[in-house]
Amino acid sequence: MFGYYMELALRSLKRSRALTALMILAIALGIGACMTTLTVLHVLSGDPLPGRSATVFYPQLDPRDMTDYEPGTDLPDQITWVDGMNLLRSHRADRQALMVGGQVATQTTDEHTDPFFTQARYTTADFFPMFDTPFRYGQGWSSAEDDARSRVAVISSELNDRLFNGQDSTGRTVRADGNDLRVIGVLKHWRPVPHFFDLNMGNYSGSEDIYVPLGTARDLHLARMGGISCWGKGSGEESKMETAQCTWLQFWVQLDSPAKASAYLDFLTHYAQEQKAAGRFERPANVRMLDLMGWMNDQKVVPGDVRLQAWLALGFFAVCLINTIGLMLAKFMRRSGELSVRRALGASRGSVFMQLLMEAGMVGVVGGLAGLFLAWFGLWLVRLQPAMYAQLAHLDVPMLCLTIALAIGATLLAGVLPAWRACHVAPALQLKSQ
Amino acid sequence: MLKMTHLAKVYRTEVVETYALRDFNIDVKEGEFVAVTGPSGSGKTTFLTIAGLLETFTGGQYHLDGVEVSQLDDNARSRIRNEKIGFIFQAFNLIPDLNVFDNVEVPLRYRGMKAAERKQRIMDALERVGLASRAKHYPAELSGGQQQRVAIARALAGSPRLLLADEPTGNLDTQMARGVMELLEEIHREGATIVMVTHDPELAARAQRNVHVIDGQVVDLSEEPRFHAQPNVAHS
Repeated sequence: MFGYYMELALRSLKRSRALTALMILAIALGIGACMTTLTVLHVLSGDPLPGRSATVFYPQLDPRDMTDYEPGTDLPDQITWVDGMNLLRSHRADRQALMVGGQVATQTTDEHTDPFFTQARYTTADFFPMFDTPFRYGQGWSSAEDDARSRVAVISSELNDRLFNGQDSTGRTVRADGNDLRVIGVLKHWRPVPHFFDLNMGNYSGSEDIYVPLGTARDLHLARMGGISCWGKGSGEESKMETAQCTWLQFWVQLDSPAKASAYLDFLTHYAQEQKAAGRFERPANVRMLDLMGWMNDQKVVPGDVRLQAWLALGFFAVCLINTIGLMLAKFMRRSGELSVRRALGASRGSVFMQLLMEAGMVGVVGGLAGLFLAWFGLWLVRLQPAMYAQLAHLDVPMLCLTIALAIGATLLAGVLPAWRACHVAPALQLKSQ
Repeated sequence: MLKMTHLAKVYRTEVVETYALRDFNIDVKEGEFVAVTGPSGSGKTTFLTIAGLLETFTGGQYHLDGVEVSQLDDNARSRIRNEKIGFIFQAFNLIPDLNVFDNVEVPLRYRGMKAAERKQRIMDALERVGLASRAKHYPAELSGGQQQRVAIARALAGSPRLLLADEPTGNLDTQMARGVMELLEEIHREGATIVMVTHDPELAARAQRNVHVIDGQVVDLSEEPRFHAQPNVAHS
């Protein structure tokens, strides 16, 4: 019967082309608007570490003095060098990484090539396993190399393509701000969205091209970039950053169980109390540790207008669906004579219901495909916008599937009431009135 | 074949109950050709829709081919309509955007019949009503008489035990009506049970037996005719 229902649905849709076109247009517009904004929201609010984000945490401390102190004020978004190194060396987490962004002039040892600026990340060994970075060649550095401040680097596949034509460059030398670093690893393409581990560089900035041990970067005075917040005598002078009263580093830990997370928070509280007792911290001990998605949420990574647009588009889609329900109701009820004849000839209510639902489903499929095209067009328009996230607005496979499923599902839902009403028309009354 | 005993059909609103059928009794034997006659509003069509399981009844009993139908659900009633009953309507009720072949095919589709068997039955039915050559035509391309013949072919295609005809010649001119009536008589001679509702005495005279309905009840015309000045309405 499926084939028969489909045949009947096609006939019916062809018979009232204008009404069919209106329904398809309503669904397509609703789906197009909805999927454009939902795709942007999906891209911006996605989990950058699927399956791991619940075990990755961002500890925060408050090392500031009492100036402008008010209970309940927000904690600094970054930590000081001293606290970072203390926490790093305590090894209380399963993994931990201290980091800061930078920018370096990069080139090979070939004197004939011109250097160019690339985004850099100065970090510690656990960065790579903790964030599960994919390697094409080689691997990251070890804690021993962190301690030894080795002249090593991991580069991105894009930089490897540019400097070494995509060949295995491990063992070769890359020059950063005039310093030779031995390439020990080449990443595969890796661009976590959002750029969660350092929001100071922009929530949706691209990934770095070169990764250097933090200690090495400090030794070589590689240029640092990102936010900095100082108090008291902290000046932000680059040569005194290790001792300055400034927060400028990001610190991430991996804690593989809730018990470990709870224990680490206790440790953090204890650490803050110790620092206060030692006179380094002045404010009452105040710590916080959010998991990755909690941190994204706290930092309001997804722009508010994107959420608003998504809600507005969903509202618009609801209006489109209500219109579709009205159009379908009119269409189906207009055919109550034919449906009554079918009932008289042996069609059960269920058969008539399925026949009409098939018709609604076909409107959904075509409306969904048209909506997909409109969403594609809408995303192209989004990408023309100057916003940093604009370039990320692309339909991916899950959103593509969701578009089609949403269109069909919503249209079937819209078809249920009209189909239900139509299949409950009393055939005897209809046939008598004819 | 069709037996109704003390059947009643009441239409209820908040303030009034209207009896369309009251203490309605009829027994149609297999192979009979019965004409149900009566004035407009007497309940003939209500009887036919109940007989065809398109409407439920309020009281009494109805046995169709030995089955008491009052407790059947929609699926069972639909199946009986599809397999045992053929309808012929005054307004033909062909589906305008289906051609003749596809119109005749409708009841067979709901029976889940295979394509080859459907085709054979459709062509046989169209041959029988003399319209095999018009299989690809649409209803709008046919005369009223031809449309009614298609409707008869549609009713016959499923080999029903019972044919229910509601004023089958009501929308036709005399010549076309004669042709349709001759076709029904021929079908009856071949063994079909036919119940035909009509208010045309000439047409009714061609049936084996006449049943007269007045005010929702079967009346015996041999008795003195009864006249009802008031509508059969009981206020609740």
